[in-house]
Amino acid sequence: MSGILVIAEHRRGELRPVSFELIAAAESLKAAAGGPVTVAVVGQSPEAFVAALKVSGVDEIITLAAGSGDFDPDTQAAAVSAAIAARSPSLVLIPHSVDAFGYAGVLAAQGGYGFATDVFKIESDSGAWVATRGGYGQKVNVELEFPGKAVVLLTVRAAVYKPAEGSSNPTVTALAVPSVSAHVRPGEYVEVSQADDVDMTAAEFIMSIGRGIGEEARIPQFRELADAMGATLGCSRPIADSGWLPKSRQVGQSGKTASACKLYLAMGISGAIQHLAGMKHVSTIVAVNADPGASIFSVAKYGIVGDIMEFGEELKTHF
Amino acid sequence: MATKILVAVKQVIALDEDFEIRADGKDVDADFFLRDLNEWDDFSLEEAVKIKEAGGEVEVVVVTVGPEEADESLRKCLAKGADRAVRIWDETMEGSDSQAIARVLAAAIKHEKPDLVFAGVQSSDHSFASTGIAVAGLLGWPHAAVVNQFDFSLGATQAVIRRELEGGVLQMMNIDLPAVLSIQLGINTPRYASLRTIKQAAAKPIESWGLSELSLSASDVGEAGSASRVRRMYIPEKGRAQMIEGSLAEQAAKLAAIIKEFKGASV
Repeated sequence: MSGILVIAEHRRGELRPVSFELIAAAESLKAAAGGPVTVAVVGQSPEAFVAALKVSGVDEIITLAAGSGDFDPDTQAAAVSAAIAARSPSLVLIPHSVDAFGYAGVLAAQGGYGFATDVFKIESDSGAWVATRGGYGQKVNVELEFPGKAVVLLTVRAAVYKPAEGSSNPTVTALAVPSVSAHVRPGEYVEVSQADDVDMTAAEFIMSIGRGIGEEARIPQFRELADAMGATLGCSRPIADSGWLPKSRQVGQSGKTASACKLYLAMGISGAIQHLAGMKHVSTIVAVNADPGASIFSVAKYGIVGDIMEFGEELKTHF
Repeated sequence: MATKILVAVKQVIALDEDFEIRADGKDVDADFFLRDLNEWDDFSLEEAVKIKEAGGEVEVVVVTVGPEEADESLRKCLAKGADRAVRIWDETMEGSDSQAIARVLAAAIKHEKPDLVFAGVQSSDHSFASTGIAVAGLLGWPHAAVVNQFDFSLGATQAVIRRELEGGVLQMMNIDLPAVLSIQLGINTPRYASLRTIKQAAAKPIESWGLSELSLSASDVGEAGSASRVRRMYIPEKGRAQMIEGSLAEQAAKLAAIIKEFKGASV
């Protein structure tokens, strides 16, 4: 058992950026792994992704032609399992993504591998892999070891490793995937409805409201404040799930990617990991929260502890 | 024949302020544990109860793996519409990770023979986001993760689901049944238990199973049956925002200045 196997992820014909982050992670661990870095890509026409995957650190690319153009968990698990059997890596890296939620646990259960998810640090201690992840709502870090496991499968958090760049000249191998009866048939993609014509992806200044708002009747006050400041009004998941604001206004990992946002004012958002992960690219985050221990204060540039209703009213007098 | 829906739930642990790490450095001191039903499980239970209320003969069974304290979360589920509650525990299950818990749940499913299994996408404490799907892997059942819409009719051999992907994109899928689905927040609006149903739940029995009822051995669970082992737990050094202090008026004035500067610079 040696070397590292990285599972590249793609959606709607495009490689997802996290694939390159995992390649970089693998490259940094290559010496410890004592073997090559192999990247596997599964799909109807996986060879289409080969050229883009020839980045620094890659020794081999395995293509596994199977399934339709879209992810299904049964085909993906069978293909990755075939790649593990063919290369006997000691470490398998999979993006911690919605697709991975659908099959990583299956692979680990069926293969009896060492297993941890949402890992943000990987080390080798005297030849044994050690993975670090968060625990208790990210309040602690947990170092995990995998005694007696020849293969360790980790799903790795996005935006932790800098994506691999440069180029390499890897061997390219096509590997057969055993036939699998897929129990899930992927269908059409649906964009979250644009209920009120807002484009969160283009907004540079977003003021978001979270659970701290308390009740729906307070939404208009914050809408007025956002308008007065020239901010786009956004929200965290609980507000959208409650129907207080349209889903198209939700930001964070599962919401719209607020890619243009440079100033983010988070009002009454304590900062669930998925919310923080979706917003950490923003250069200036300002958080206002009644709880001085809220997680959002660990990623914000500026923080204010206080009641968001009173604070909002006071802030509005300046605009 | 009645349709049986098994809902796997977890009593999660939040940490009290100023918590401390245990002397052996492998967990938080249990004195700082605050227990509650996992937020995701409220939604998966509601989804099952909604199917029951839509008519037909449906039984909703909640199952958890955990010590006696977990009864409180099971009673909450009973108060919100579950018909039966099962708590599985044995001292050897202490230290089980998500894979070991999945093995116990898979054995419970073989025992109960449900037609559908729901689990939350993840737990709010350790967020492995894999237990339910690992159960499907052990059983060889169809499975789908992060489901935020489920269209199903009693007796059907297939269902239409919608997965919530990253970046505001959803995907429709068709899945064979029986299946294990991991249920995402927002799929429905969970109900609150009423005083009346809370009282009724208090009188309902909670079934208690151990290793023998499920034909499991001690090596299947706990550290021996786990895919990982905690080596060390520690409180990370976190960045801290520059706190804007002063009176409310002063704080607001300072933030207004930051916003105006940003807007000036970005024009």
